[in-house]
Amino acid sequence: MTLPDSALPDTTPARPSFLEKLPPAPRRALISALGLTAFTVFFTALMAFTHEVTRERIQAAAEQQQMRLVNEVLPTEHYDNALLSDYIDADDRNEAHVGRIWRARSGQTPVALVFNTFAPDGYGGRIDLIVSLDVDGHIGGVRVASHKETPGLGDYIDPAKDRDRQNPWIRQFAGKDATLPLAHWAVKKDGGDFDFHAGATVSPRAVTRAVGRAAAWVHARRDALFAAPKETHFNAEGEKQ
Amino acid sequence: MSHLMESVRNGLWRQNPGLAQILGLCPILAISTNMVNAVSLGLATVMAMAVSNLVISGLRRWIAYEIRIPVFILIIAALVTVLDLAFNAFFHSLYLVLGIFIPLITTNCIVLARAEAYAAKNGVLESTLDGIAMGLGLVWVLALLGALRELIGNGTLFSGIDMVIPGLSPISVLGDAYPGFLLASLPPGAFFILGGLIAGYNAINARRAARP
Repeated sequence: MTLPDSALPDTTPARPSFLEKLPPAPRRALISALGLTAFTVFFTALMAFTHEVTRERIQAAAEQQQMRLVNEVLPTEHYDNALLSDYIDADDRNEAHVGRIWRARSGQTPVALVFNTFAPDGYGGRIDLIVSLDVDGHIGGVRVASHKETPGLGDYIDPAKDRDRQNPWIRQFAGKDATLPLAHWAVKKDGGDFDFHAGATVSPRAVTRAVGRAAAWVHARRDALFAAPKETHFNAEGEKQ
Repeated sequence: MSHLMESVRNGLWRQNPGLAQILGLCPILAISTNMVNAVSLGLATVMAMAVSNLVISGLRRWIAYEIRIPVFILIIAALVTVLDLAFNAFFHSLYLVLGIFIPLITTNCIVLARAEAYAAKNGVLESTLDGIAMGLGLVWVLALLGALRELIGNGTLFSGIDMVIPGLSPISVLGDAYPGFLLASLPPGAFFILGGLIAGYNAINARRAARP
């Protein structure tokens, strides 16, 4: 590995240079500063280069990951458009925390909306969710995209961690109607419709409420959402911008 | 050759970062909830340490003494960023699990400690070997800790292996009926089990020392 000359502390030019005319302390400081600058420039270039080289792969991997989740909530045979590029964005500070919304169509016919949302009030903080909702207002499926719930306790909201492999907790959402009054979107302990595992109520409570809220928000706007041109932005009040 | 063997012995046992130096506790405790995560982060740390020791020992003549610490941190941070991007690109699902802990290798004091204590004073070959040996010393402790926590906490081994090697599946050692022991998966469990390992390590050393 070669370094620029400015990184060498012991430069010995023939004539007394600017550096040599300086008193020892500022000279030392200047040499250190130049050395540090050289290292910074070189290693920043190395990072920038790696970033360039890996950028496309990282983007592809992220999309693949996104697609895997989408496929779990909406089987690919239900639609025939390029789903990942047919989306609109909502400002997820809206009251239902709905973020990106993908639109599944079969030909020109709307089939379903798949959207990102999150529950802000999980036991370990934010729980990111992905939900599909068909045009009739029935939930196709819900998956947890990321969470920080307690391992072995609240993390059964993620079907990969659910001990009940045959019938994981998150499956209950399939087929539920988005027009159900919000009071039903709660665990049974709170008077709602949803089962939960004893000893861990906070995580399922947060997820159920978030899904109910988001499904109602999306369902109420479904015509506008399907009709909006690609990449339209909806503000936090749920209005087109 | 003997000083190279000495390096290996130091890393794996005598000055083991996890059991003797007790450096780098943050990843040890945070990511050792299962064996696959623990070993993956451990191997990422090995790579970071090997390359940072290699680069630092190679550049040591050009690093002015006064600014060596900022330069070491700069080099380590840059290499870890490269590693982070590479993980993101090539092991994306594992990257999602290890998440913040890969960038945090930068702040793992064992990496800077080896740069300052060893790579800044020794040749390229010795330093690289020292980085690998110290890293592997951390890996086996992480593997053991991760395996114990996973086994006690969940009754399984190798859960999440499919994220590293697709097609393999975890082993359920204690059966599906095992109720799980949550404490082992939580941070306090990591402290208890690491404490047990350190006690065992000290006991073995004491018995060896007592032998004539």
